[in-house]
Amino acid sequence: MIALIFISLYTNWLAPVRQQLSVLAVPFYQLTDIPRRLNEWRHNTFVSRSELALENETLRTELLIHQRKLQQMAALAAENVRLRQLMNATDILQDSVLVAELIGVSPNPLSHTVVINRGASEGVFEGQPVLDAFGLMGQIIEVSENTSRALLISDATHALPVQVNRNGVRMIAEGTGDLNRLRLRHVSNTMDIREGDLLVSSGLGKRFPVGYPVAEVESVVRDPGQAFATVIARPMARLDRSRHVLLVFDSRDSNP
Amino acid sequence: MLPPKYQARVVITLSFVVALLLAVYPLPLSWRWWRPEFVVMVAIYWIFTLPLRTNLVLLMLLGLFQDLLEGSPFGQHGLALVIVAYICFLSYQRVRNYALWKQSCWVFVLVGIAQLTDNWVQAMSGSPLSGVMFLYPAFASACFWPVCYLWLEAVRRHYRIA
Repeated sequence: MIALIFISLYTNWLAPVRQQLSVLAVPFYQLTDIPRRLNEWRHNTFVSRSELALENETLRTELLIHQRKLQQMAALAAENVRLRQLMNATDILQDSVLVAELIGVSPNPLSHTVVINRGASEGVFEGQPVLDAFGLMGQIIEVSENTSRALLISDATHALPVQVNRNGVRMIAEGTGDLNRLRLRHVSNTMDIREGDLLVSSGLGKRFPVGYPVAEVESVVRDPGQAFATVIARPMARLDRSRHVLLVFDSRDSNP
Repeated sequence: MLPPKYQARVVITLSFVVALLLAVYPLPLSWRWWRPEFVVMVAIYWIFTLPLRTNLVLLMLLGLFQDLLEGSPFGQHGLALVIVAYICFLSYQRVRNYALWKQSCWVFVLVGIAQLTDNWVQAMSGSPLSGVMFLYPAFASACFWPVCYLWLEAVRRHYRIA
């Protein structure tokens, strides 16, 4: 038994076994998901007309605001393409996404992983970035036929390269095991970083695509006695609340 | 109805399935530390009541299945269950006659041991150990034990498993 533990910890010989057997685990997650589905169904079925009308109105307003922003976006994107052509740089390609739904969370309080309802049959692959509507959530670590498991950015074993949106300073954000805190590593005391700075993924490391919001800097403590400043950031993605997530197919290298 | 021999097996299997479902039922992160270890508790109950019919190999397979469900390294729950089951085998004659609250204390110790091995494996796989927090599930299990015991006892009486 102990030998088995060491094998599964330090080698990946058992990965195919796990992948095959995880079909057995799916019914459990589907069963535990039933109460939530019932609640959603109740929410959708027993809703008054006035509530629906109100929701419709707010959504219309939101749509209008977003459409206005999108109009500007079109012009900006065109300008960006022209400028890039002037500089002989390659075009930024559009990433395609797949919408997935959370069906389970890890019962282990030490590991922040979630189970989603898309798997290898939809083209999900290991290392694929996972987003929600607000920012980067994590990456896929285990794929089976119809489900997969994602590691969240707040897990203590996760780290990702980011940059400050304001000035492009690059650094590494690592999880702390707390859903609402990321720690930035090796930030020197003289670095230009402030509270409220937006951190976006830098695309270094070739795991995550460039430019998705990751976190907002919450506190910067510069202690002259320490070699590095202590910077804490709060993830933009709603790691514990988002039901629907987006799986990104990076157009650079995922389709060989 | 099923013949009595199979009935016992079906009921025991179903109790473990329910325990596994409760073990993976999604909870908010702040509550997750307080989830009782249902699988270990159900295993303890069946060993205390039917010590001669429990099978360590099957328990180990159950633990491996729980690892599969939770995505933890293979063998983590298997090891914990086997150790706890062995201690149960050594002690069932005494503990069966204890009062319910004394049994609860004993369950606290047993689940604590299971948590200890769980956390040993978790720490090796890179998750940080967090003080005595790993004993919270043991405490929750001990609090939950009387309910679990009485409920399982009722089920056992209803289906006449002995």
